[in-house]
Amino acid sequence: MIMDTILPLYISCKTAVLATVITFFSGIGLAYGISRLKTGQDICDAVIMLPMVLPPTVVGFFLLLLLGKRSSIGQFLLRFDISLVFTWYGAVIAAVIVSLPLMYRTARGAFDQVDINMIYAARTLGSSEWKIFWHIVFPNSRQGILAGTILAFTRALGEFGATIMFAGNIPGITQTMSTAIYAAVQANDYDLAFRWVQVIVAFSFSTIIAMNYWLKRQKK
Amino acid sequence: MRLEVSIKKKLVNFELQCEFTTEDEIFALLGASGCGKSMTLKCIAGIETPDRGFIRLGNTVLFDSEKKINVRPQERHIGYLFQNYALFTNMTVAENIAFTVKGTKAEKKCLADKYIERFSLNGLENSYPDKLSGGQQQRTAFARMLASNAQILLLDEPFSALDEYLKWQMELDLRKELAQYNGSALFVSHNRGEVYRLCSRIAVMNQGRIEAIKMRDSLFRSPDTLMATILSGCKNISTARRVSAHTIYAEEWQMELQTEDIVPPDLTYVGIRAHNIHAVFSTEENAFEFTVHEVIEDIFAFNVIIRRSHSDGKTLYWIVEKKTWERLCMQKKVYLTLPKESLIMVKR
Repeated sequence: MIMDTILPLYISCKTAVLATVITFFSGIGLAYGISRLKTGQDICDAVIMLPMVLPPTVVGFFLLLLLGKRSSIGQFLLRFDISLVFTWYGAVIAAVIVSLPLMYRTARGAFDQVDINMIYAARTLGSSEWKIFWHIVFPNSRQGILAGTILAFTRALGEFGATIMFAGNIPGITQTMSTAIYAAVQANDYDLAFRWVQVIVAFSFSTIIAMNYWLKRQKK
Repeated sequence: MRLEVSIKKKLVNFELQCEFTTEDEIFALLGASGCGKSMTLKCIAGIETPDRGFIRLGNTVLFDSEKKINVRPQERHIGYLFQNYALFTNMTVAENIAFTVKGTKAEKKCLADKYIERFSLNGLENSYPDKLSGGQQQRTAFARMLASNAQILLLDEPFSALDEYLKWQMELDLRKELAQYNGSALFVSHNRGEVYRLCSRIAVMNQGRIEAIKMRDSLFRSPDTLMATILSGCKNISTARRVSAHTIYAEEWQMELQTEDIVPPDLTYVGIRAHNIHAVFSTEENAFEFTVHEVIEDIFAFNVIIRRSHSDGKTLYWIVEKKTWERLCMQKKVYLTLPKESLIMVKR
């Protein structure tokens, strides 16, 4: 019984954590790759940023079109008996897509702040591009990267629109805290909705407080 | 180490066309801001790619547009001292110096210690760059450059972002560092003083082109081109034409002047340094009556703006010692001579 009541919290956290891990690496990779592109920067940027400005339902709709059973990717996956729609993996994908812009944008801002002469100097000194990234660019933008990670995490935790479109609202499988609130309100169970609201507000609030505290300490 | 450069690169406002050779000396590129001198250094280091031409260091071709050779900056072994030193802000002094050193921890430490000792950075091994003074940052950057086995040093306006007092200190430091290094260096600056004090040979750059390459003394004695004259610090320049073998007419100043050297037929400008103009009492050769337009008091001298009396010619700039100016009782009209041995004749 207790397990049942905290299930949405567990699913939310599990989804948000995995989504953040994926977003972390892909966001950093995309940010660094695109910041070094010679042409097409604006187009790539716009494509990645789009999910942030589009209504989440539209993002969910696009995901259905792109990965749904009738799409070519969906057809391909079906051959291996894999279906993403209305599964937990679908919830993770939805969370990745909506949180990626936050990670990407903050990481890119942080990379652009790194003194380009530092990178040039490292090159003339003979360091490989890989070493330059991990020993110079990354450490010098860690504050921005951390901020981006926290933002992406809180965004993934609160994800609703794209998730309900693409992964549905199946209790015990894809029902997260935010979709649970929606379901509770639909069922006129305001007490339950209110409890979840308290949990999600407390959770997000403390995450942001912790981030600010950590960033301040870093600056000293 | 011999460095040969012959490159072309299209820039926003002009085309960089740069050609020179330097070997075992401190060679300067002197030019106004935005004339392409930093871009030249960046091309040599491999940070930027020229459109055409070649760059050769010793026996190695670093860049050749025809043979499609473009060695990565990592493999060029060229030391680049950036304007802001570009120290790695997330690393200590010792880590900065040992960053590119290959080998075990012990070997790295040993080499870092050697350079820390050599550049008097003792006690700062574990400090981060933002805790260092400008001079300490410069020494760290220099040590880091040498620790990476640089075969030639490129110094990109190393003092331009500093205030007057610090600048002098750092210049003294750099002199010492260069003396210790004892190899080829290419120094880029817009400051004639720095260039004169630090370098043996000087190339004057204007709008992406090298106008003149001369030994230091010869450049300051007889700068051949207009830009070289301006960059050598000559503040008075007038268009001029030849009248006879030893006579010219300075059109903008509206005066006829006698010269010591034979006037070249294609003379276009004449110049005189502000401190070479002298006050005289009677009419001497090249002496005229001038009207004082403005007097600006400087620390050790007066800067006086003058124009030939009864003319609408271009004004001249005259630097006069305080005592002399006071002796002249700060008159409105003065007799001045432009000594013929101090006239700079410019052909183009």
